[in-house]
Formats: sequence, C-alpha cells, structure tokens
Amino acid sequence: LGLGSMGGSPAEAAPQGLKPNSFEDITNYNNYYEFGTGKEDPARYADALTLAPWSVTIDGMVDKPGTYGLEDILKGKQIEERIYRLRCVEAWSMVIPWNGFELASLLKEVGVQSGAKYVAFETALRPDEMRGVSRRVLDWPYREGLRLDEAMHPLTLLATGVYGRDLLGQNGAPLRLVVPWKYGFKSIKSIVRITVQKEQPFTSWKDANHREYGFYSNVNPEVSHPRWSQATERVIGGGLRSRRETDMFNGYGEEVAHLYKGLDLKANY
Amino acid sequence: MSVIALPTQVQRSIADPVNRVLRKLPAWPLYILGALPPAWLYWAALNDRLGVDPVKEMEHQMGLWGLWLIIATLTVTPLRTVTGISLLKFRRALGLLTFFYITLHMLVWMYYDVQFLSQVWADIVKRPYITIGMAGLLLMVPLALTSNTWSIRKLGRRWRQLHKLVYAVAILGALHFVILVKGFQLEPILYMAAILVLLALRFPILAKKRR
Repeated sequence: LGLGSMGGSPAEAAPQGLKPNSFEDITNYNNYYEFGTGKEDPARYADALTLAPWSVTIDGMVDKPGTYGLEDILKGKQIEERIYRLRCVEAWSMVIPWNGFELASLLKEVGVQSGAKYVAFETALRPDEMRGVSRRVLDWPYREGLRLDEAMHPLTLLATGVYGRDLLGQNGAPLRLVVPWKYGFKSIKSIVRITVQKEQPFTSWKDANHREYGFYSNVNPEVSHPRWSQATERVIGGGLRSRRETDMFNGYGEEVAHLYKGLDLKANY
Repeated sequence: MSVIALPTQVQRSIADPVNRVLRKLPAWPLYILGALPPAWLYWAALNDRLGVDPVKEMEHQMGLWGLWLIIATLTVTPLRTVTGISLLKFRRALGLLTFFYITLHMLVWMYYDVQFLSQVWADIVKRPYITIGMAGLLLMVPLALTSNTWSIRKLGRRWRQLHKLVYAVAILGALHFVILVKGFQLEPILYMAAILVLLALRFPILAKKRR
C-alpha cells in the first residue's frame, strides 16, 4: 500500500507496531446483526445491501442540514490510513487498517451550532436486503451516539475502506464510524443519518440491556461486563491460545483520557 | 396406553418392524461414532480449518452437540410412549456422550478460551451463565458414574430417582445458552422449548396409562 503512517497525525501517538489482521479475518468475522447473529452471517449475506446510490441525512443542530449524496460527503476529504485495534465488547480484538477521514471534518463542514452536545447516528434499515431484521434482536434501526467532544476527537474516523479497498457490506459499507477507544458496537455501520442534538441519544444496545451496555462503553479492563470479565481479550488470528491484557481505553488513553476527567467510569460504563 | 400415545394398532404396525431391527443393533458403536466429531474438530482447529475464530467454533460446537445429545437422551421415553419405538438400549450411550461432550466444552473454555485459572474461577463464581453451566456439568458427574449395570443393580429404586437429575441438567444447559447470547435471539429459546416439551410429556397427566 505504501500509505504508511501519517506524519503528525494523532494516530501516531496511539499504540505502535500494531500488526493488522488479514483481510480474510477482517471480512469474515463480523457482528452485524441486521444480517444475522452469527459471526459468518454478515460475510454471507451483506452483499445484498445496495451501496449505490447512498445518501446520508445530516440534521438537527447544524447550519447546513440536508440529505447528502456519499460523493458530496467525500468531496475534498483526505482519505488516510489508520491502523487501529478494534476491541469487541465480547472480549476479542483485531487490528484493522482503516481508510477514512475524521468525523470532525464533516461536522465542521456542516457547521455545528452552539448548545449542541451530542451526535446521534443511524444505520440503514432495509428489510428487503437485511435478512436479520425480521427478527427483533434489537429495536431496529440500529442507533448509536457520541458526546460532541468524542465525535470531534481526531481519532474518531468515518471509514470508507479497509486495506485500501472499498469497505465490504459486512464491514459497514459504504460509510461507518470508527471510535477506537470504545467497544466495537459503538462504531456504527452503514450510516444513513447523523443528527446533532442537545440530548443524549438513544443507543440500541443500552436500550436492549442498560445494565450491560452503557452510553459511554469505553474499553475498560477494570469494569466487567456483568456476564464476563473485560480484563483480557482473545486475539483473533493469533492462534489457539492467544490472549492479551486489555488496555485502558484500548490503548488510546494518552489521547482520550482527558475527555473523561472527573467522570466516574464505573458508574458511566 | 397413555393419552398422547398413538392407537395400539398404529403403534404395532410402525414400532414392531423398527424394534425388530433395533434389537439386532449393538449400542457400542455409538461410543466410537461419538468420538469422531471432537477428534475431527480438534484436527480442524490445529489445521486452520475452523474459520477466523477456531476457539469459539470448538467451544460452541461442543456445547451444541451436548444440547443435541441431551435432547436425544430425553426423547427416548416419550418416543416409546407415543410410538412404541424403543431406543432404550442406546440411552446410556447418549447420556454418557452428553457428559463427554460437555466436559470437552468446558475444557475448551478453560484451556483455550479463558486460559488463566484465576479468571476461570472468577468467572464460575461471578458470571451467572457460567455458574449455571458448571452446575449442570457437576450434576452430570453422579449420573455418569452410575451409568453402568452394576450401579443400576446396586442402587435399585434409588437409581431411577437419582437419574431424574437429568431433567435439571437439561434445563440448566438450555438456560446457560439462553442467557449467554446478546439481545433477543430465537435459537437458544427453541432449545429450551424443546427440552420443556420433552419434560412436559413425562407429566403423569399426559403419560399416565389409560387403563
């Protein structure tokens, strides 16, 4: 690829020397319940999703609300490679070489109004193309949200590719969020709506089980999921007995810990 | 004849020929056949044939096999009540294989998944679905130990009472599955439903003799 690391980009301060998983791993082991709850289901069924044309509605407290075609959103964006560790709430992790641009650049473009505090996101809901949504595993459409400062953080990415290729359906094509210091489910896939607002957004997993999935969902080895420990994680692609200790904020503490100063991370899991 | 049973004439015409064949079949090949799936699974894991996450694949396969086997074990009695077909001579093998598979399920979890012994213990104590799964496995130990002709003779009546524990084991196993998945998922609920139906078929009101 030869993209290498981006000089001066904040990603550079993040965990160094991460060895990406194979394209095979990344595209065949996914949680995307709209296509089924099995890890292989998304790879099997996500190609049913029509990716073009694609548009994203940006609304709420922004200066330039509207429904934007994907081409318009990508116009003038510097697509860069970011190699991030993805830590799933199920206690496994992978390393993924994303291609994308900072969410902040899009938000700045549409103009966030003063008084806004949160950003809400919504995944496409297409019963004809998503065989998994006929079952009410979650209250579809899938929704996620970030605090505005989290959304504006330079680590927060809108990804369009992996390994220099366009995203595949199972990875959240054509446009997905990547928030590397939070559990993977925060990084919502196939985004069709971005809403800037005052209130803390509805988030699907918190709605399904608020005791187990909080709004913040920062990677935190000290706060267990009620049903399993988060202290360690299985390393996908690392052989039969690979486990590593989970890092606070998934290893991105230097960049993001200040966002949570004074916040009780046990209560705000 | 019980209330849920097919009429005697129908039972005879279906069950008699089937039972004649079954009587000729030995039960011991089940133990050999039963050893094949775990052996294949282990070989496949070592040779990178189980996909991206071989550990979960082994763990889940063994767990599911355990559920299928306990469902098969519990089907023997109602099958005989309803149709007259008797798989009784295969039931011990089915039960012992259930125990074997669930033991492997636990070993995969301990050795390949969790790996740290301290965390294994913490999980057993703190995580309800693991506590429940482990309770189910422990309850199977006395059943496995007494699954032999000598114990049946020795324990007499108490053997039948002891082996009613299998009902609790089955419910614990299905419950373990129901509460470990994320969100509302159908598959584990179907397993639980199957087990509850098989247990309900044993209620005296359904299974009692008509005369």
